Amino acid sequence: MKNKLSWFAVPYVVWMALMVVIPILIMVVYAFTTAEFEGTVENFSEMGAYASVFLRSFRLAIIATLVCLLIGYPVAYWMAHEGPGFQRVAMALIMLPMWMNFLLRTYSWMSILENNGLLNQFFRSVRLVDVYNQIALHFAADPALYKPTDYIPMIGTSGAVVLGMVYNYLPFMILPIYSVILKLDHSLLEAARDLGADSAGVFRKVILPLSLPGVLSGVTMVFVPSVSTFAISRLLGGGTQMMLGDLIEQQFLGGAYDPHLGAAISMVMMVIVVLCMVVMNHFGEGEEQAVML
Amino acid sequence: MSKELIRLADCVMAFDDEIVLDKINLSIQDKEFLTLLGPSGCGKTTTLRIIGGFQTPTSGDVLFDGVRINSVPPHKRTINTVFQKYALFPHLNVYENIAFGLRIPKADASGKKVRLPEEEIDRRVMEMLEVVNLRGFEKRRTTQLSGGQQQRVAIARALVNRPKVLLLDEPLGALDLKLRKDMQNELKRIQKAMEITFVYVTHDQEEALAMSDTVVVMDGGKIQQIGSPEDIYNEPKNAFVADFIGESNIIDGIMRADGVVEIFNRRFQCLDGGFARDEEVDVVIRPEDVDIVPEDQGQLKGTVTSVTFKGMQYDIIVDFYGFKWLIQTTDLSPVGSRIGIKIDPDGIHVMKKSEYSGMFGDYSSYSEEYEEISDASYALDEEESGDEE
Repeated sequence: MKNKLSWFAVPYVVWMALMVVIPILIMVVYAFTTAEFEGTVENFSEMGAYASVFLRSFRLAIIATLVCLLIGYPVAYWMAHEGPGFQRVAMALIMLPMWMNFLLRTYSWMSILENNGLLNQFFRSVRLVDVYNQIALHFAADPALYKPTDYIPMIGTSGAVVLGMVYNYLPFMILPIYSVILKLDHSLLEAARDLGADSAGVFRKVILPLSLPGVLSGVTMVFVPSVSTFAISRLLGGGTQMMLGDLIEQQFLGGAYDPHLGAAISMVMMVIVVLCMVVMNHFGEGEEQAVML
Repeated sequence: MSKELIRLADCVMAFDDEIVLDKINLSIQDKEFLTLLGPSGCGKTTTLRIIGGFQTPTSGDVLFDGVRINSVPPHKRTINTVFQKYALFPHLNVYENIAFGLRIPKADASGKKVRLPEEEIDRRVMEMLEVVNLRGFEKRRTTQLSGGQQQRVAIARALVNRPKVLLLDEPLGALDLKLRKDMQNELKRIQKAMEITFVYVTHDQEEALAMSDTVVVMDGGKIQQIGSPEDIYNEPKNAFVADFIGESNIIDGIMRADGVVEIFNRRFQCLDGGFARDEEVDVVIRPEDVDIVPEDQGQLKGTVTSVTFKGMQYDIIVDFYGFKWLIQTTDLSPVGSRIGIKIDPDGIHVMKKSEYSGMFGDYSSYSEEYEEISDASYALDEEESGDEE
């Protein structure tokens, strides 16, 4: 090794080998074998039955990522243009929920979104539930059969799952975008104005392209955990919104015990995610280089 | 030629009660090369930013072609800037950097926003690449260019918009000496060829003298003197200007009559007049205007205390009655020798006393200044001064 300090990296390299490389190899072996450890591709050919779960996972993760981007970018942009005092407070507020356990946060959302939860109690008190019933009646397939409810259904919907994802992963979108915008060279913005660009032009032609690396890492950091989540979909999806994470968990820990199928599903999911990331990074390649230099 | 393009009238700039510009009055003529010269913190960059529209003066007016433009934002001014660190867009290649301003839709006579056709953009970008000698670089990333090349891209990017005025904020500061000299000529050539007004900011007096039609010397947020390079050098208005532009010996004198000034109780012929009788004045004598003669023929007599070989000439420090002068001469007078000097009347410049009087123009501390420049001689000088004590 060139540098003496490089030896300090050895424990990490060993750890990575033990805890990342070997498990992935085990997963690949499981994916291509039967319960008796005979080679097979049946695990993959059976997977068509779960196409709806795959579709739902990617659909919800993409929606959650887009929502995070639409909320996160303006927040990051705004924060970057405020004073340091404001930035410290905003940063603390963004990080605050992260100091609490992820599961606890998600359980809290359950009690908020439940049919008798906090939100529905509020909606009842301001008669929003009646409004909801009117609208639902209007759109009902057969109005004669429509039964009015005393709550707005939220828990158990895909909307609740997306909400859970956005709530949990939004900081991962805001922070990388914020740090990239904060580091933008102010003279570049002045140069753009000097060359005739108005505020919208400066944003579109300079700030946006130069903040793309932040957007890319934000999208990655939101999309990857979203697509593989199982806690959020089970707690807020109420069992009706099964996602890939739930499906895989069932194969290892649940009733449908079949670790070989579980490994195969995991593998397919990983390959799709990696492909998505490769395509994304290819798009942002030029800009990323530019900002690094 | 001499038509006023920009006027700053009583411009004051204050940040948090700290006055950065103090009632600046400045007139910039069309097609002239004007340089704002001064030490860092003198307000020259702030003046430039006010002209560019990046800062609005706290009070006073900015006029462009007779129209008040105080609150016109930068993108609506026909003025472009070359920034100190170039500020090239890292996500665009050389071609797109230069085309940036051309790709922005401009309002035509009827107020409708129109885009330049692609052929027109291409023609003008290529033309500018030709002007700055960067043909063949259009596809390069700006980060792959040398400092001098980046500089030229920045100039091309500004000039391609055909501004009436180009502002340059210490554009050569980051370049090495050789490249700087080349770029000075290059800039002068471009300014002549494009026939536009250049407003140039620098702290380098040689650069200012070499390139400018008009030099504006600034210090402490005030304009100290405005004039042609020759005027500024030959007829400095006060001790600050005399010291900042070139080397100067600045001596206390008394004006005895028009054309007669007394220094060290001796009367000298000079060309200046219009002072009150017996008025105390500052007298500037440039190091190259002093003739060394044998001691008995000298108007003043002194002892050589230091000699530095500078290639073209020797810089010698001579002690006259306790006041040390810098004299530049091609003849070597060894340390310790007694010499006499003669000064022609046109080598003596008389200035009114100012707030700067007594602050500059004494070379007693010359060896210390020299130490700062060269570390090698530092130890040597240290030893010498030790011996003297």
